[in-house]
Amino acid sequence: MQLNELARRKGEAVDYQKLVFDYARHPDQDAAAPARRPVVVVGAGPVGLALAIDLAQREIPVVLLDNDHRLSTGSRAICFAKRTLEIFDRLGCGDRMVDKGVSWNVGRVFFKNEEIYSFDLLPETGHARPAFINLQQYYVEGFLAERACGLPLIDLRWKNKVAGVVQHADHVVLTIETPDGPYRLEADHVAACDGSRSSMRALLGLESKGRQFKDRFLIADVKMKLDRPAERWFWFDPEFHRNQSVLLHMQPDNVWRIDFQLGWDADPEEEKKPEKIIPRVKALLGEDAQFDLEWASVYTFSCLRMDRFRHGRVFFAGDSAHGVSPFGARGANSGVQDAENLAWKLAAVLQRQAPDALLDSYGHEREYAADENILNSTRATDFITPKSEISRLFRDAVLELAKSHAFARTLVNSGRLSVPATLRTSALNTPDSDVFEGGMVPGAVASDAPVIRADGKPGWLLQEAGGCAFTAVVFGDGETADRAARAAAEAGAAAGAPVATVRIPIDEAHALAARRYDARTGTVYLLRPDQHVCGRWRQPDTGTVRAALHRALCRA
Amino acid sequence: MPQATSTHLTTAPNIDAPDDFYEALIEAHQGLSTEESHAFNARLVLVLANHIGSLSVLREAFAAATRR
Repeated sequence: MQLNELARRKGEAVDYQKLVFDYARHPDQDAAAPARRPVVVVGAGPVGLALAIDLAQREIPVVLLDNDHRLSTGSRAICFAKRTLEIFDRLGCGDRMVDKGVSWNVGRVFFKNEEIYSFDLLPETGHARPAFINLQQYYVEGFLAERACGLPLIDLRWKNKVAGVVQHADHVVLTIETPDGPYRLEADHVAACDGSRSSMRALLGLESKGRQFKDRFLIADVKMKLDRPAERWFWFDPEFHRNQSVLLHMQPDNVWRIDFQLGWDADPEEEKKPEKIIPRVKALLGEDAQFDLEWASVYTFSCLRMDRFRHGRVFFAGDSAHGVSPFGARGANSGVQDAENLAWKLAAVLQRQAPDALLDSYGHEREYAADENILNSTRATDFITPKSEISRLFRDAVLELAKSHAFARTLVNSGRLSVPATLRTSALNTPDSDVFEGGMVPGAVASDAPVIRADGKPGWLLQEAGGCAFTAVVFGDGETADRAARAAAEAGAAAGAPVATVRIPIDEAHALAARRYDARTGTVYLLRPDQHVCGRWRQPDTGTVRAALHRALCRA
Repeated sequence: MPQATSTHLTTAPNIDAPDDFYEALIEAHQGLSTEESHAFNARLVLVLANHIGSLSVLREAFAAATRR
């Protein structure tokens, strides 16, 4: 089928795993000299699709290459975090994901057969999106593809496999293999979103290095009617699977994800067989449980990353750049955040709003985020799979104490679940010159809060601040606030970088927003196009905001 | 030697009744197998670490406990 048929089938129950997209010969393949494109994205997974959509929304034409002609097979990444959903909102497909996904905020932790505690990842109300949804990766890719086919600037080419990369001072030449033979394509910039076994990385002779964990895990997706709440359940050393851990998650369509730790000595080929899997599932659910095995996989994992995510005009994003253990849901989520970080910067450089140096900040910021993700992921893995007798002794001591002592619950680590990195040290931030309380420091992702929209209807702060430009969130009404709003708009005009304005009155309906931003009348937060705070002031003038814009765009 | 403040580990004598404490410590292990004693000690370390709270003091404690 053609990609644009997806739009016509919207609303139907589509089996995204079964879709086969047609290879189509492109005129570029017959061009006498290689065509030149501003951006080529390699890999149409969640990261490549998100990047392509973001660029197209910013009026940048994108060629998106995929070596295959299908979406994800198997549920794979299933936990999509609040920040990723907010990004999907900006990309125009957040509702589609959340409507289909299973929303959850609560996790429960069991030791042996006893519940030792539960946690709520989003204990406060006043956010448009939940802490997480569970949604099979093929739905996520399907909904992104559906969105992509509504954007004529995206040129998605199936069965186009990159087989050669040559970097030049001002462009990259790709050699691409197709069913009709190879052709060459030039690009100003290339984004390698081609996964953990990235061929772009191999073609450039680069490596992703780190630590491999000597353990094996079985994922089983099981279809059944099960009357349980939508919560994350994690068992340490349960009686039904002694000395190992088990994780249970609800997915849409009555599918349940069960993750069994197997140990390093398990034989991956044997463990994949249904006759091995079914008894494990029955041990958990009961001997007479009725279920169908949908999908299974045995995996090992590593925590690793490339030294640098930018190599000349090639940018690595998602699993090609970094890998984490699955505990914490930091793989696909951080990949989508990579894409968002890269998209506005590529657009700003291509639209001559910013110098090339802005693209270096992609590497700096996302390498920092990857380190944070890898640190969290490694610590969780060391807790879940202790590597020595003494490590196991302390792990069990923590779990034992957690039953009755609140302090020990803070030490239990079944995965520190994905939250976006606060880019505190980013050179794009303007340091505070005024005094603020709370978490909305320069570098943080802007917090959501309920707002009343201009049309009088209830809305959400992040959705109001979801345009393509920088956004000034201006608090309060009256002359003081009006002056601050004028300063922000004038700064945008002076800097040649438009600044959208979102006005938040200081009143009861907006009390949460004012509290989360420690705002008073005249307070201004300047948000980058990826909704990270890059400056904030109590009552800024035009020059102050203009300087912050210059800094956020890496203009010397 | 650092002074006994909340930001530093005290290694100067600080236990109210040293002999009573020592007796109580050994007493607490009475009737435990070696394995159970190790588990008890691990829990005890965690309980005491939480009471101390300060990570820098705890790091000093790790250093003090390391045999030179």
